[in-house]
Amino acid sequence: MIRRTPSLIAGAAALLSSGIACASTGAVADEYKWMTFAVFGAIIAITMYITFWAAKQTHTTSEFYAAGRSVTGLQNGWAIAGDYLSAASFLGIAGLISLYGYDGFMYSVGWLVAYITVLLVIAEPCRNIGKYTLGDILAFRNHPKASKTVAALSTITVSTFYLTAQMVGGGVLIKTLIGIDYYISVIGVGVLMLAYVVFGGMKATTWVQIIKAVLLVTASILLVLLTWSQYGFSLPGFLQAVVDDPKVQAQVAKLVGDAATTMTPQELGQRFLEPGLFLKSPIDQISLGMALVLGTAGMPHILMRFFTVPTAQAARTSVLWAMGIIGGFYVLTLFLGMGAAINVGSGVISNMDPGGNMAAPLLAQYAGGGADSVLGNLFLAFVAAVAFATIVAVVAGLVLAAASAMAHDIYVGVIKGDHASPQEQVIAARVSSVIVGVLAIIVGIAAEGQNVAHLVALAFAVAASSNLPAVFLTLYWKRANTYGIVLGMLVGAISAIALVLVSPNMTYPKTAIKDAQKVLQGEPAQPAKPAVAAVEASSFACELFALDGCVKSEPAKPAALEKPAKPGAPEKLASLQASLPSLTDTQAIEAAQKDIAKLEKDIAKAEGTLKKMEGQTTSMAGLEKPFFLLKNPGLISIPLGFLMVILGSLLFRDKRAEEMWEELYVRQNTGINAEAASAH
Amino acid sequence: MSSAQPDWAAIDQDPRFQALHKKKTTFLWGLMLFSTAYYFLLPVGAAYFQDLFKIKVWGPVNVGILFALSEFIVAWTIAGIYARRANREYDAMAAEIVRDARSIGGAE
Repeated sequence: MIRRTPSLIAGAAALLSSGIACASTGAVADEYKWMTFAVFGAIIAITMYITFWAAKQTHTTSEFYAAGRSVTGLQNGWAIAGDYLSAASFLGIAGLISLYGYDGFMYSVGWLVAYITVLLVIAEPCRNIGKYTLGDILAFRNHPKASKTVAALSTITVSTFYLTAQMVGGGVLIKTLIGIDYYISVIGVGVLMLAYVVFGGMKATTWVQIIKAVLLVTASILLVLLTWSQYGFSLPGFLQAVVDDPKVQAQVAKLVGDAATTMTPQELGQRFLEPGLFLKSPIDQISLGMALVLGTAGMPHILMRFFTVPTAQAARTSVLWAMGIIGGFYVLTLFLGMGAAINVGSGVISNMDPGGNMAAPLLAQYAGGGADSVLGNLFLAFVAAVAFATIVAVVAGLVLAAASAMAHDIYVGVIKGDHASPQEQVIAARVSSVIVGVLAIIVGIAAEGQNVAHLVALAFAVAASSNLPAVFLTLYWKRANTYGIVLGMLVGAISAIALVLVSPNMTYPKTAIKDAQKVLQGEPAQPAKPAVAAVEASSFACELFALDGCVKSEPAKPAALEKPAKPGAPEKLASLQASLPSLTDTQAIEAAQKDIAKLEKDIAKAEGTLKKMEGQTTSMAGLEKPFFLLKNPGLISIPLGFLMVILGSLLFRDKRAEEMWEELYVRQNTGINAEAASAH
Repeated sequence: MSSAQPDWAAIDQDPRFQALHKKKTTFLWGLMLFSTAYYFLLPVGAAYFQDLFKIKVWGPVNVGILFALSEFIVAWTIAGIYARRANREYDAMAAEIVRDARSIGGAE
């Protein structure tokens, strides 16, 4: 079973790589890899020069953490965009749109709306009263040591989740794109990022993010121009091409299953522009929306960016620029994703990466003239290099945020009681950066092969349930105090993490084994089924938790025809291989070989799952099936976080928090005594 | 920076600060509530009003796509409205308070 004609695989691989580069060697073909390295080499050279320049100007803590508060609003806007547009959002959302159409686009909206919260309630007050970290904002009126400790814990937790997702996701991405070994890319990303952060501090990190954001936006605009120009820049014209495309129609037919038999090709194509192909649970979506809209404003690496500008006005300007750039970029992803769906095809995209991450890179290759053209490969190489730069830039911002929590809040604030010499503080900052950076590399390597996609959502959920309630109520509610924020931050963070541990995000061995067996053994024939009406959950709690005596909600199902038995993958493979010699048409042979390669991959994956899950019956949290039914905990953990801050503040009294209220409120609104920009 | 701290309580009580506070609070809450409500209309509409979202209005362009695009326009508009108001009104009001900060409450 396992040792299956390797020569055949090699043959198929060789054939494939002449068409679309095979996944195992990366999307960029070998003969064009030098282009990727040349482009990325240029990016490294420029950023290293900037780091060298920044290092010469980075002597004080204000320079290290906040770039001397001399970043302009425009620059900071681009840097925020660079910080925020991670590989997950730039490759991931384009990918979701290319595979699922409308739902992917809908998903992108929340990421922009999140900045309304940042703009209206967070950016300016934080600039006016803050110094370097989330801890500084909370310590303004709350007990300094207690608030700095919880703030640092929360910052490090959020950063670690996000960092792990970036490291693992980035490693896999670079492997799929360029074929570089996972370990090498994780270490490469880590070392580069450490160089920027440790030597250049915030100044170098800011410029790395600006450069990356400019490259990303430029590449996207060029791609959209090339893709959209064929349709005379007409929105209906472009979308009509999507509707008419047979590849799109086939993808929709695959997604809707049995319902496709009664639909015309036009209807199938139109369905791609309608909701419901990917996001099935509205409650889950609202939960995710809450985490995005409130979590962004609680992200430590985003908060930190507002300390780099000289005034609250500049903080405002920077959010406006960031909203323009980020929003514009997400509008472009509509064209990138749809363009990839018609020009590349969802089959090819999901074959290289099931999550759709390769949609934008493959579209770039197509737009330049295809897999065999020099220009096409130059485009692909460029996008691959931008993806690499993206990961490095985002990771650098996160490491700086985590290191500042460790050095500034814990070491200087709590251990040294704010009595550390300036020199000592800068050394602490640099040492912490090295520690966090090295840990990020180790975690990245240790987590290889883990499913980390849910960690990004978890990071946002923790930020929204822990950091945001504490910051928001500290800034705007007179009664908020130390007890409230400590209780709220702990309960918010712990409940978010605990709910995810018992959610469908975890791997449940029984389901995983069943799915793997389905692949290997096929499915038995099913008799025709009559239509089933929708079932309502017996109560709202039953929509959220798998409680005893609950009736789960089920959507209505149309009548299903009798289904013949489905053969298992090995059986299909055998019949394909048997038919191969009889094929004469080169196209048919190619198609068959592609199918064989895919089946081989499926079988290997299913066998791997069976082997890994052998003897296990419960998930990490000891459950056989999920207890919490949503993928995102925000709906419960965010209100809980707010509630606990309020409860803790009302139950206990804290004289300092009360006495400091007037000063805090006046200062956050007027900017009196705000940290000034350092003179050069 | 001078060693004497402004009298925060006095500034807080100052009618000009109270006016700024009142204006800002109502305006910010209004914008915040509107933007949140408008945002959550999208997932709610996509889940419960699919028939509406499917209506084609401009070739293949349907209500759903236009609504999703309108989310971007609305977000930018809210940001623009806030920035205009803050730049024209709040900054000037705050600047006046900052200018007089040390004299308010008789700390001269």
